[in-house]
Amino acid sequence: MLQYTIRRLLLAIPVLFGILLVTFVLARAIPGDPCKAMLGEKATPEVCERFYEEHGLNDPVPVQFAVYMGKVLRGDLGTSIRFSRPVSIIILERLPTTVELSLAALTLAVLIGIPLGIISAVYRNSPVDVGTMVLANTGVSMPVYWLGLILAYTFALLLKDTPFWLPPAGRLSAGVVAKPFYEVFGWDVGTEGARYFVLEFFANMYVLNSLITRDWAVLKDALQHLALPAMALSTIPLSIIARMTRSSMLEVLRQDYIKAARAKGLRRHIVILKHALRNALLPIVTIIGLQVGLLFSGAVLTETIFSFAGVGRMLFEAITARDYPVIQGFTVVIALIYVGVNLLVDLSYVLVDPRIRLE
Amino acid sequence: MATSSEVSAAEIRPASLWRLTWRRLLRQRSAQVGGLILLLLVLTAIFAPVIAPYDPLEVLIGKEDVRKREAPCIHLLGCPPDKPQHIMGIDGNFRDVFSRVIYGTRVSLFVGFTTVTFAIIAGTLLGAISGYAGGWVDNVIMRLMDVLMAFPSLLLAIAIVAVLGRGLQNALLAIAIVSTPVYARVVRASVLSLKEREFVQASRALGAGHAHILLRRILPNALPPLIVQATLGVATAILDAAALSFLGLGAQPPTPEWGTMLGTERNQVFTAPHLVFFPGLAIMITVLAFNLLGDGLRDALDPRLKQ
Repeated sequence: MLQYTIRRLLLAIPVLFGILLVTFVLARAIPGDPCKAMLGEKATPEVCERFYEEHGLNDPVPVQFAVYMGKVLRGDLGTSIRFSRPVSIIILERLPTTVELSLAALTLAVLIGIPLGIISAVYRNSPVDVGTMVLANTGVSMPVYWLGLILAYTFALLLKDTPFWLPPAGRLSAGVVAKPFYEVFGWDVGTEGARYFVLEFFANMYVLNSLITRDWAVLKDALQHLALPAMALSTIPLSIIARMTRSSMLEVLRQDYIKAARAKGLRRHIVILKHALRNALLPIVTIIGLQVGLLFSGAVLTETIFSFAGVGRMLFEAITARDYPVIQGFTVVIALIYVGVNLLVDLSYVLVDPRIRLE
Repeated sequence: MATSSEVSAAEIRPASLWRLTWRRLLRQRSAQVGGLILLLLVLTAIFAPVIAPYDPLEVLIGKEDVRKREAPCIHLLGCPPDKPQHIMGIDGNFRDVFSRVIYGTRVSLFVGFTTVTFAIIAGTLLGAISGYAGGWVDNVIMRLMDVLMAFPSLLLAIAIVAVLGRGLQNALLAIAIVSTPVYARVVRASVLSLKEREFVQASRALGAGHAHILLRRILPNALPPLIVQATLGVATAILDAAALSFLGLGAQPPTPEWGTMLGTERNQVFTAPHLVFFPGLAIMITVLAFNLLGDGLRDALDPRLKQ
């Protein structure tokens, strides 16, 4: 398995190189002048000349790419033209938001989707099954941003004076501050270095952070703000997971060993959950892994609707503002996550089905 | 009355794959529903000028007694008969939302069909060459597809639109490029499994050229999975195009496009929810129709899955 992992990682290198190249070329191909985009239409040629020199934009494009590659390999993603701040710091602030949102959405999708799929398969063709499948079909057809707006309207306006009210925007209410757990514990981590990066990354996931610091007021506030975007983002994965669970379970439930297990007197729920689900899990795990890309695409839209300062929104703004380093840095990180998740999914097959040998 | 021995040869000729598929398709509940909705949508698109009470671009200010972003007025539901009927209300530019939603059908169906046609042609070409040639050609093409697939599709589409410039046409091209790898993979997989089959070997032994084998022998047999993928692909394309328009990158106002309509009025969701509700509903119904039809087609073309 270790050998397999290493080989997969090596195989990912050409793809990652391709990703870097595509992003670099795409970013350079975006029409318009980054100087004018950043410094305003009235920037004089002299000012722009200095701007190009500063950001290395005067070098031939292949040289720019080589310089860029060298920096990326050393972990330096450059400095945002728009914010004059290191791209890595911006990622550190934005990525946890999207990861938290995506994880919340995926958790909802798995926790609701799999049971729904099982129930549908077990009570095949019953009203429950038909209802679930109609909902699942509707779910995959729904524009995320539309659902988001409808949810915001329903929970923030219609249910305004009820306990079900939920905030329609932002990650925390005004005035609520999520103090990083390392500060609460009095750890001195400085403001750079790998340790700071890792700790800050987790601290920026507000739900996790407030769980660690046991700050229940912040936890409640963060969860309330997370609820609507997570619900909107989870619909499509939820529907897909429910459908896949159903068809995979149907496949397994027909088999003789299930009948045998029932015939020898095992309780139905034990047969379904232990014998059937375990064997139906493989395609479900695959489809869950495939949702990661969808979640990132959906995040752009969900973050727009709910004013969430995440990666998707940032990347969209960077593309519009021609902030090359940010575009490149964010794309590389997203693609890395993508490749990593696919590898994890493949590795998880061994856990799900011990017969599989990865070679 | 004819006995079984008198049945003519024509009648016992086995039904072709396509006829069998068609029959199975007609029996599928999801295909029935999806097909019916699609038929209605196509009719709506064709007869849009007849169905829509107003021109989709007509600004009604000064022509009728309407207020900006006025809620729907339906006579049957108690709206005073002396007021002009606007069953989906009025938008921020004093236009009839219903007429715009009706005309939007044209844009969305056009988007779905053109992008998928483009993606199929490009994907089939790449996948067929890749699978048939094998070796380094296969490697280069498929690694390129891997790179394209390593990006979340909407983000890649956004980046491509940023390069090409805003507008519906560029959004279409972006979505077509982003969806090409899927078709390339589907076709390549079919070609790989088909090219070693006896009937292809036979054709080769008879001296057929590569083009003949690929176009006349292999590709027709690779069609079923492609058709399923294409139907589901139209759904995705419509959804993605609407998303790009929603973000302001696709169709530009005043085009009656559902995503654009949603995007321009999204901040009014708390004051005029009808401006958000109806265009989104239209997107959902259209996408649903293609998804249902695609599911039905998959089951009809591959009966093993249904058992």
